[in-house]
Amino acid sequence: MGKLRELVRISARVLCVAIPVGFLTIFFLYPVGSILVRGIGAGGLERLVGLLGRGSFRGVVWFTLWQAVVSTVLAVLVAWPGAHLLARRRFRGQAVLRAAVTVPFVLPTVVVGGAFLALFERFGLSDGPLRLTRTVGAILAAHVFFNVAIVLRTVGTFWEGLDTRPEEQARVLGATPWQAFRWVTLPRLWPAVAAAASIVFLFCFTSFGVILILGGPTRATLETEIWRHAVFRGDLASATALAVVQLVAVMAMVVVANSMQRRRAIGQVPVRRTLPRASGRLLAGNLGLLALVLGFPIAVLVERSLTTGRGADATWSVRNYVALADRVDLLPISALAALRNSLLFAVVAAGMAVVVGGLASVVVVHGRRTTSRLFDLGLMLPLGASAVTVGFGMLIALDGPPLDFRSSRWLVPVAHALVGVPFVMRTVVPTLRSIDQRLREAAAVLGASPARARRDVDLPIAARALAVGGAFSFAVSLGEFGATSFLPRHPDQLTAPLALFRLLGTPGEALRGQAMALSVVLMVLTAASVLVIEGMGRRGAVRGDL
Amino acid sequence: MSLRVDGLSVAFDGVSVLDGVDLEVAEGEVLVLLGPSGCGKSTLLRAIAGLERPSAGRILWDDKDLTEVATHGRGFGLMFQDHALFPHRDVAGNVEFGLRVAGMPADQRSHRVARALEMVGMEGFGGRRIDTLSGGEAQRVALARSVAAGPRLLMLDEPFGSLDRVLRERLTEDLGVLLRRLGQAVVHVTHDHDEAFALADRIAVLGDGRILRIGNPAEVWADPGTVHAAECLGHENLVVLDGSGCCPLGRLGDGPGTVLVRGDRLVIGAPADGQPAAAQVSAGRSVGPVSGLVVRTSIRGGRTVVVLDVGGLCLRASSDGSTSVGDRVGVSVADGGVVPLSG
Repeated sequence: MGKLRELVRISARVLCVAIPVGFLTIFFLYPVGSILVRGIGAGGLERLVGLLGRGSFRGVVWFTLWQAVVSTVLAVLVAWPGAHLLARRRFRGQAVLRAAVTVPFVLPTVVVGGAFLALFERFGLSDGPLRLTRTVGAILAAHVFFNVAIVLRTVGTFWEGLDTRPEEQARVLGATPWQAFRWVTLPRLWPAVAAAASIVFLFCFTSFGVILILGGPTRATLETEIWRHAVFRGDLASATALAVVQLVAVMAMVVVANSMQRRRAIGQVPVRRTLPRASGRLLAGNLGLLALVLGFPIAVLVERSLTTGRGADATWSVRNYVALADRVDLLPISALAALRNSLLFAVVAAGMAVVVGGLASVVVVHGRRTTSRLFDLGLMLPLGASAVTVGFGMLIALDGPPLDFRSSRWLVPVAHALVGVPFVMRTVVPTLRSIDQRLREAAAVLGASPARARRDVDLPIAARALAVGGAFSFAVSLGEFGATSFLPRHPDQLTAPLALFRLLGTPGEALRGQAMALSVVLMVLTAASVLVIEGMGRRGAVRGDL
Repeated sequence: MSLRVDGLSVAFDGVSVLDGVDLEVAEGEVLVLLGPSGCGKSTLLRAIAGLERPSAGRILWDDKDLTEVATHGRGFGLMFQDHALFPHRDVAGNVEFGLRVAGMPADQRSHRVARALEMVGMEGFGGRRIDTLSGGEAQRVALARSVAAGPRLLMLDEPFGSLDRVLRERLTEDLGVLLRRLGQAVVHVTHDHDEAFALADRIAVLGDGRILRIGNPAEVWADPGTVHAAECLGHENLVVLDGSGCCPLGRLGDGPGTVLVRGDRLVIGAPADGQPAAAQVSAGRSVGPVSGLVVRTSIRGGRTVVVLDVGGLCLRASSDGSTSVGDRVGVSVADGGVVPLSG
């Protein structure tokens, strides 16, 4: 009896470690390793050196860098007033605003691309002297739209927890509001700003869908170049060389971003205090700015999806939505069927992410020190590596012996789960860590065995975090475009974002109308999952942030 | 050169925190605001500093209305509870802050910083990081920072709140000396009556957002006025009288109510015959002796405190230490020992 129990316990431990390790190794480390081996080994190095010398390549790298820098600066500037408002004032509907600004962040890149196309078309900016479509301006606007939420939440949350007394002390010592901000608030806020900026930079550096849709062929970044070489031209060798450069650059950035995050962790005790009410002017100014940057593109998208006909013939109708059920020549299946595929994949991917991420979180929190560190770092890697790298790695590594998944229907959900695992861990690990050891001790004193205590104390608390992480993986999978666009296609398994991408890429009023309707449906589904997450996060003791 | 607070009221979301407070503090005077936590002491300081907006009333300096003047334009210093030192600046960086925002050149600043640190006994600490300071050192740095800026009014909000008792007592003494030397107007907030009596020229007892009693320490101690003020001041023998003004000590009033029996006026003598005095005793006249039992003795601050049971009434008195637990003693109250209280 005792032996059996011992056996069960040991095998449970082994599974806890083996499942995440196996998953990560087969679907991430092996593919990424393949990129590196092929890119550097067997003549790859010469190709790489040749690539680095080419002017066109340097142009791509330069553009990738500067658009990311400018996007980051703009995102920080646009988010700043809102972060201040959320952190230092109170007003009715604060929680609603906080949730609402998060929505853009999880919208599928393809949907955002579509929304901006609709916006430019609506105001005559897609052609002529004021053309924005296929310009850097379009890319920057979309990047700001996406990333304002990150800055707003990272900086806002940190700012909120920042003790107000040093500022008050500065004011009492004779500092003007600006001096107090400049000399007392900003230096303490800086780590959070740096952390947020580094994440935003990383996202913009690895941005894919937005650039593909809004940038046009002349605006290429490393990501889109990998895609163009691999998928469009079938030139895997060049694509591999580009992917190596991308991988090294991104890993370096992740290390930097991570160390900044760690510095941010030197926190202070949050202080309870009453904040002043926001004045009407401050509130109106902020809401106006956010509505313009975040709400306006969405509004135009919704309007366009409900319109059929152009110019004078334009009428309100739901025909675009009805048309989603019909198959157009462009697509192998109807948009509705693609949507169904996406939902199914998202459920499967979220399930896998919850299992793998949940087990890995237990190891990170309760495992031995070294194991814990390795797990923490290893399973966060997919978050750093771009979706394109993940997809491309799978494309070249899993298409032949020893691992041939070309025909597997599981490959797409697996790729999505890989992207979702870090999100699960980011919510579960802090929550498990925050569980007071005294609760377990209390349970033990009351007669619970360690396993029992874990079941009765840890599990109920962690369950909510798992649900939040799962919902996040669901939303991410629903909109995943980068990795999916590389994976082998089964025509009947087309996902909604891929269908949307094709619809957007082809001119024609009816197609554009359908594309907008599909965008709105995807947007509603992802936004709904985010709002569920927000609601759960607020009710429970779920910690952690994006 | 004086501060005047005129009918000051502060409310948070419609809940009144301060209700019509009037105060005056002259140059060279230390006013101690005494009250339990949550009575509005800190809010009063914050309102004077301009950190809270009053819902009514005015704040004046030499008859100049400062109510609408922003915090940094008032020239007042406020030292926060828990010090609120700037974590990203070293000791000198903290102390020089007020001079820096005032635009003083660096060379003059360093001179003033050195002098301020010397004044609080922290010379040579300028380069130290804030997180390496002990509680007492942080407290001194915070004081140096407030003083270095040269405020015309210095306000201290429970400056010893987080320190242990021994350190508190030592620092209270140092602070008293320092405040006299500075000779400016000071408002000091505390909930500790020992600290209040050690520092105050005048004491204002605050309760439920109002000033219950204000006066010099001896006056306030001898006649707290209200039950609440007596409790804040550390009085322990608050005796509830029945409908005819009686209690086991005798008849101490004309009707129901509460009186204060001052512990320093309780006299312990030879055992009495056990009958409460029949005659009516009004305030100012002596009572007793009546019979009491020594229930407990303890030593507080080197002096013996005796807990007595007089017919079911528990009283605390100081003693010369000649009595021990179980002794029957005669208890009487000397002249002025019974003080009627309201509320």
